[in-house]
Amino acid sequence: MASTSSFDVAVITFPGSNCDADLRHAVDLVDGLSARAVWHKETDLGAPDAVLLPGGFSYGDYLRCGAIARFSPVMEEVIAFAGGGGPVLGICNGFQILTEAGLLPGALLANRDLKFLCQSVTLEVEGRETPFSRGLAGAKPLTMPIAHMDGNWYADDETAARVEGEGQIIFRYQGGSPNGARMDVAGLSNAAGNVVGMMPHPERACEDALGGADGLGLFQSLAGFLQSR
Amino acid sequence: MTITPDMVAEHGLTADEYQTILDVMGREPTYVELGVFSVMWSEHCSYKSSRVHLKTLPTEGPTVLIGPGENAGAVDLGDGLAAVFKMESHNHPSYIEPYQGAATGVGGILRDVFTMGARPVANLNSLRFGRMDHPRTKHLMHGVVAGIGGYGNCMGIPTVGGELRFHETYDGNCLVNAFTCGVVDAERIFLGTAAGEGNPVFYVGARTGRDGIHGATMASESFDEGSEEKRPTVQVGDPFQEKLLLEACLELMGSDDCCIVGIQDMGAAGLTSSSVEMAGRGGAGLLLELDKIPVREEDMTPYELLLSESQERMLVVIKEGREDEVFAIFDKWDLTAAVVGRVTSDGVWRCSWHGEEVAAIPVTSLTDTAPVYDRPQARPDWQDEAQALPEVPEARDLGATLTALVADPEVCERRWIWRQYDHQVGTDTVVLPGGDAALVRIKGTDKFLAFATDCNGRHVFLDPHVGTAGAVAEGCRNLACVGATPLGLSDCLNFGNPENPAIMWQFARAIEGMGEACRELNVPVVSGNVSLYNETEGTSILPTPSVAVVGLYEGPIPTVSSRFPRAGLAVALLGTGEGHLGGSLYLATQHGLQRGMPPAVDYAAERALGDALRRLVADGLVETAHDLSDGGLGLGLAECCFQEPGSPGIGVVAALPGAGRADARLFGEDAGRVIIAYDPAREAEIRAACAGVPFTPLGETGGDRLRINDGGVAAVDVAVGALYKAWSDALPEALS
Repeated sequence: MASTSSFDVAVITFPGSNCDADLRHAVDLVDGLSARAVWHKETDLGAPDAVLLPGGFSYGDYLRCGAIARFSPVMEEVIAFAGGGGPVLGICNGFQILTEAGLLPGALLANRDLKFLCQSVTLEVEGRETPFSRGLAGAKPLTMPIAHMDGNWYADDETAARVEGEGQIIFRYQGGSPNGARMDVAGLSNAAGNVVGMMPHPERACEDALGGADGLGLFQSLAGFLQSR
Repeated sequence: MTITPDMVAEHGLTADEYQTILDVMGREPTYVELGVFSVMWSEHCSYKSSRVHLKTLPTEGPTVLIGPGENAGAVDLGDGLAAVFKMESHNHPSYIEPYQGAATGVGGILRDVFTMGARPVANLNSLRFGRMDHPRTKHLMHGVVAGIGGYGNCMGIPTVGGELRFHETYDGNCLVNAFTCGVVDAERIFLGTAAGEGNPVFYVGARTGRDGIHGATMASESFDEGSEEKRPTVQVGDPFQEKLLLEACLELMGSDDCCIVGIQDMGAAGLTSSSVEMAGRGGAGLLLELDKIPVREEDMTPYELLLSESQERMLVVIKEGREDEVFAIFDKWDLTAAVVGRVTSDGVWRCSWHGEEVAAIPVTSLTDTAPVYDRPQARPDWQDEAQALPEVPEARDLGATLTALVADPEVCERRWIWRQYDHQVGTDTVVLPGGDAALVRIKGTDKFLAFATDCNGRHVFLDPHVGTAGAVAEGCRNLACVGATPLGLSDCLNFGNPENPAIMWQFARAIEGMGEACRELNVPVVSGNVSLYNETEGTSILPTPSVAVVGLYEGPIPTVSSRFPRAGLAVALLGTGEGHLGGSLYLATQHGLQRGMPPAVDYAAERALGDALRRLVADGLVETAHDLSDGGLGLGLAECCFQEPGSPGIGVVAALPGAGRADARLFGEDAGRVIIAYDPAREAEIRAACAGVPFTPLGETGGDRLRINDGGVAAVDVAVGALYKAWSDALPEALS
């Protein structure tokens, strides 16, 4: 349970999630945040201050990525939490689940050259302010890894134009997308700005000892957002 | 059904072996029992040709918690932690169906580790393919790499390193050796044992189908043109099921007052070998009610149920009366769990089918009386000629030669491969793939696990004893380059047909060399696997005793790299060399010769070098430490210059040490040598830490060229960028 002095961050574990422990570890590195594991079969989310959906291969990704996890019992609560303006971040498979759940626009297709890609990328932060990018837009680009088979974001022309026009593109691959994503989208938000999805893994870039701590900024942003609320 | 000689032969048993079955049974076996003997006495399960040699390996030491014989070995990490690890081959399935063969190889080795209660923290692999221009190589590589990634990525276990080599003898017989290491509370290691009369035997995980029937027997035969027809014996992997199985098993194991008596993965020979081995270790008997096995195909027979190699299954013996705890946890994870039998006390392994007994074999007949062969050995008559090193012309343009060497498939950049592996999940990977050794942090401690896999098949072919000792020494040296102390080793012994005396000679000499090196370098063998019959239409593979060495580093996160991190560093060579060309990559690729003796291993020098490197890393004195192997000093310096894609690299100006042929000094492969780079202001401390180790200053980093002077004249002067391009483009271009 979260201590009384820190914000309660629910990290959902779906069957096949494999970045859930990494994400909780990263959240717990940030002053003011405390991670709490939530099993996907829960029908009661509790009273979290933020909800995070981790990376992995929910249900093996044997159907479209995230297409089955989106029907997990806990997702009703997540959708309601998002609808109430609560901050929600989906990373990698979590991003895929959020698009399948209709909380974020577009879809994640297979990478352009049909191979799994695990490598470092550099991200430009832009767009509207979100709970996960406060003070990051327009500042220095962030370096963190990607690791996915299906990270090629796609939307039809109308959706793509709207997303860009409304400032919903939050993270863009610098120097072109490695996976074929339209408009080099690495991460984006919903229209209200409280739900964010991204393919890169900020939780893997939270310690200098592991090659960089740029990802920490997203979680510090969340802590700042919750304090300011 | 009467057993005919044809049935015996189809089951891969010899007439003598069948006679032994008749003798121990005192009657003719049933068809089901014949199938059971066939898999239990296969080379793959019984180690019948290798056992007499494996017994000579050092398997004990202060660090060893569990040696060979269990699902995996375990070494002590201190502070109540243990590392559990093993390497295993999946060569034959991977050749027949590369994606599934490699994927299930990873799945199998992961189960071997988590069945002991350890959470896997790192995967590595050791791969061998035929010539790059062989029509099958591209197809095999694409499939194998995707399969390894497909399974490990989904499981969320980082694949942090490995090795890759090519040779024509692997054209028709690729090698896929998969390694996994896990970490566990040393007090909570689970073993594969069945004990306690009346205790229930649980079947958990995926349901049984007809896949992989007789896979163990297939892995004990040579290949011929008909091997394609064996595709149905390759299993199909489901990493999602295994991820659930991992979490469910660890949850069951994690409870205080755990109900588990013993647990074992169903690997080769599936239900048969897991249940027989568990009963054997526990000195018990076992009854399996085969009609209770969860199935996913209709009308499966007892024979098929016993021999299926369906993946992602475990057998668990628990304390009687605690069944509900198992059902609750496996329900949570949406996995099948069923009670399929009981532990008995009569020492007989029995199977029933709807109440009728279909097999009853004394457990010891399957285990202790399994055949053991001390097969004839003969030094091949071509060995002397192979070991003689002919005169070769001296290369004139060493820069051009180096540019050609860096692009050779044997040593070129492997990013195309490891980019397809999630190597960072777990957020503990400190040294990414491409370094001398992988380094993985253990969260909440100041401990780091180091891993390296090594084996130079050319060296082993030329002298199996020396070449295998060299592989062990190189693995230990790789670990020392990241500051780690070797704790133990797992081997994967890939050889040709043991019924060929020349192959058996290679095998026996290789084991001698491995045992010697392990004793001298203080690294016990705690687990391993033997893969024989790696030959196709009469061609044997290069003898390939792959080793995976596991080590420990304790302290602040090491900052050493296998590259030059910046300009202005002093560069030196630790160790000495005479320009040893025998067995070298230079000789093989530039002169087309696989000849000469491999470099000898000087154990005292290796120990001193390892100790010096550990001091240097622990005290933060060196910024670069890179082992020299294939391609010698020339290739080693080039690799140190290379940086991330897009970077121009860090140049170096170095003097070629020694006298005599420049090509030999530049590309010779003497063992026991490491390049270091350091802040020149710390030279005195460095030299003090390296006391007793030959120390030769080479030069200084800087600029964007690799320049190697010999007697004041530039022997090599090439742009690092051009070299990098040749090195990094080679594999993607060959595979496009």
